[in-house]
Amino acid sequence: MNFKLTEEQELLRKTVRDFAENEIGPKAAEMDEKEDYDWSLWDKMAEMGLTGIVFPEKYGGAEMDYISYALATEELARVDASSSVVIAAHTSLCSWPIYAFGNEEQKQRFLVPLAEGKKLGALGLTEPSAGSDAGAVKLSAVPDGNDYILNGTKAFITNGGKGDIYVIIVSTDKAKKHRGTAAFVVEKDTPGFTFGKKEHKLGIRASYTYELVFENCRVPKENMLGSDGEGFKIAMAILDGGRISIAAQAVGIAQGAYEQALAYSKIREQFGRPISANQGIQWMLADMHTRIEAARLLTLHSAYLRDAGQPHTEESAMAKLYAAECSMWVTVKAVQIFGGYGYSREYPVERMMRDAKITEIYEGTSEVQRIVIANSILR
Amino acid sequence: MKIVALVKQTFDSEAKVVLGGGKISRQGISLIMNPYDEYAVEEALKLKEKHGGEVTVVTVGPDEATEAVRQALAMGADQSILVNPGTEDIDEYTTATILAKAVSGLEYDLIIGGFRAIDDGSAQVAGRVAEILNLPVVNMVTKLEVDGGKAVATSDIEGGSAVMEVPLPVVITAQKGLNEPRYPSMKGIMQAKKKPLKKIGLGDLGLDASQVAAKVKVLNYSLPPARAAGKIIPGEPAEAAAALAKALREEAKII
Repeated sequence: MNFKLTEEQELLRKTVRDFAENEIGPKAAEMDEKEDYDWSLWDKMAEMGLTGIVFPEKYGGAEMDYISYALATEELARVDASSSVVIAAHTSLCSWPIYAFGNEEQKQRFLVPLAEGKKLGALGLTEPSAGSDAGAVKLSAVPDGNDYILNGTKAFITNGGKGDIYVIIVSTDKAKKHRGTAAFVVEKDTPGFTFGKKEHKLGIRASYTYELVFENCRVPKENMLGSDGEGFKIAMAILDGGRISIAAQAVGIAQGAYEQALAYSKIREQFGRPISANQGIQWMLADMHTRIEAARLLTLHSAYLRDAGQPHTEESAMAKLYAAECSMWVTVKAVQIFGGYGYSREYPVERMMRDAKITEIYEGTSEVQRIVIANSILR
Repeated sequence: MKIVALVKQTFDSEAKVVLGGGKISRQGISLIMNPYDEYAVEEALKLKEKHGGEVTVVTVGPDEATEAVRQALAMGADQSILVNPGTEDIDEYTTATILAKAVSGLEYDLIIGGFRAIDDGSAQVAGRVAEILNLPVVNMVTKLEVDGGKAVATSDIEGGSAVMEVPLPVVITAQKGLNEPRYPSMKGIMQAKKKPLKKIGLGDLGLDASQVAAKVKVLNYSLPPARAAGKIIPGEPAEAAAALAKALREEAKII
């Protein structure tokens, strides 16, 4: 057993931390306030290769492992959760299925520009009436010659509106339910593909969340990933990897809030001494630190299993569940330690508390993670 | 163009310095590449990108200084040499003697380092290397152009700046403002582990410990006195300003 990061992983962590603190940190509060992302940051992340960490060099990636990807995601989220979800949705939800299920031509056409950061990716899975029940997607794809005609709506799509390349999970045969599904790559500006309303959210407000609308949208058959009938399978595989990045994001948000609270507790004086001298505060900080460390180890362990090519559905569900609940708990405590100032937008902990909530919801709610874990241990 | 960049690993600028057993404690301290050396590495890489050639990074330090060297390699340097002096008791003479010896075995058109390190701040090492190698040196450079066998460097001087022309090879020391160091890219980090990192000792350079023994001995270290709490002078603006002026003159004695 070896808990030591490699020299490359250490250097990556330090590099992303410096980048996040220097380049993203000064903009995080304003981006949240304006509900808009500063896309010049995307260009900088692309230049550094953060847009294709886990993909082979021949497809424009850095060929790093999932542990590195988890570390990078954590460091981004420690400063700004929105930046980390832009990268996580792009990488795990869009680029990865093209890498894992696409043919060589699809990889050259779509994965290379995604990994190089020339294009931004998104996944269209959730629908107004199909969230956790991914097999119930209604968006229909009907064959017509060499094309399919798409009709329907996707909801709450991260990187929607701004994204260039979308992986869309569709229903090709409603009677077959989840076996009648497929995954297509659809590019922005394809006729019949438009954006509906932009969501105004509680947290991760800088990241874009849009409704996608398909009206007689014609997509060539060559844009299908894998074969007809594999949509649900692809969606489930996407979520296995996606959970690791969301767990890492949750750890990062918690770590950021904890560090803020720790520093504040040492300088904030009440009754003539720093509040960190009070055992009530000390115990909160000790619990925050301990839970974060546990969440981080679960997360890195699931990333390790993925790197080793071992099954990790259960472990990544446990990591995502625990890290998300840890993140919510820690950020609430951080606001408490800051007191009235924590409730004010003058300090970043209220933003972190709002940001943490989504980690308990997207890419499988905490309830769904428990179902996944229970199915695994009871089967 | 062959460029040698001299780097040093230092304490993080945010590290809290603690004394223990008459020495500066290294416990729990995170280490970084000296920020002025980052400017030097960045400038070396820019020159390489413009003129072609290669960048060799040379450092003197313990084995853990490989982290700083790897960072330079990840930024884009081609190869590196780490000389472990085998002792912590070194001074500027030691470091410069070792560096000069290591560099003298390389081909170079330009040697560049930070003008000072943020830990001891002595600003001596690059100048000493130039002296040993009998090369011209331009210090505290904020702008550098190299072409046709000569360098034109803008150097910070008291109250202004001077533009100087020197023939190559030359030693340049980097001042803040010279450039904006790049972040290592993810690909760069992965490539860095495949690049040559030569770890050697004094013997490999034909030196022995007595030839590089420190000439300066630190007798003791002390921390600066804790900063006193700030003072708020209450009252109407005019009265408060008068009281402030009085305090500055009589208590702080700075006006």
